[in-house]
Amino acid sequence: MPTQEILDILLMYVKAFVVGGAICVIAQIVINITSLTSGKILVFTMLAGVVLTALGLYQPLVDFAGAGATVPISGFGYLLANGAIKGAEKGFFYAVTGSLTAASAGVTAAVVFSLIMSLLFHSKTKRN
Amino acid sequence: MTGRNSQNSNNNYLKYVRALDPPTKHFKNCLAAFGVGGLICTIGQFLRYMLAYAGLSGDELAGAVSVILIFFGCLLTGLGVYDRIGRHAGAGSIVPITGFANSVTSPAIEFKTEGFIYGTAAKMFNVAGAIIVYGVFSGVIVGIIYYFL
Repeated sequence: MPTQEILDILLMYVKAFVVGGAICVIAQIVINITSLTSGKILVFTMLAGVVLTALGLYQPLVDFAGAGATVPISGFGYLLANGAIKGAEKGFFYAVTGSLTAASAGVTAAVVFSLIMSLLFHSKTKRN
Repeated sequence: MTGRNSQNSNNNYLKYVRALDPPTKHFKNCLAAFGVGGLICTIGQFLRYMLAYAGLSGDELAGAVSVILIFFGCLLTGLGVYDRIGRHAGAGSIVPITGFANSVTSPAIEFKTEGFIYGTAAKMFNVAGAIIVYGVFSGVIVGIIYYFL
């Protein structure tokens, strides 16, 4: 493999780390200031992803940082909005259903794996 | 006690509680969130390269990466490891997609005692329900706006 290619891959890891970490730091600062619960943080970060994608600002971040932008929950919002935008090109039906279609993999995985885990594990008494 | 007085004592009490609270370590918090959040995203990027090498691309690739990360989020939650990470990492473990998985699995296991219908299945969407409701709603709005533009 040529060295240039290896350097590109390493650079991509650094970008993913920095951008993904930065998104988490922003959320952590919001938590520190407002002491929002984790559920609200997840919803607001996801909505931020939807809005930024609709404004066309999130796609450049995804192109730049890859998983650094898609792995945080704002990337889930990106997925939803992107599905809707792509669906809108095909017709009204797909504009409405596009978002949930795009999110189906994540939602299905979360539901199926959670049910399996709840069969396998018992809740642990919290040890501090 | 009149309403005004009780409000006063309430405020005094809140002040007292705040004084006893340990000071939040803002900088340390953020550093932990940066490290853990960044690491999870780097793992995601690693999975992207591996799966692309295995021949996946486009939506399939993005979906597979999410599914794998969600699987490990669920598994680590079941093993009780994820909550231990979360105690130190804060937003670093909440915001990545593994935190979404944790928010689904955690109540699913915890409310198992209330049965599989009203416990596990119903409580599973405690937090995830809110994400899906507002996500789908805002997604539909975006879709309609883009359709008419």
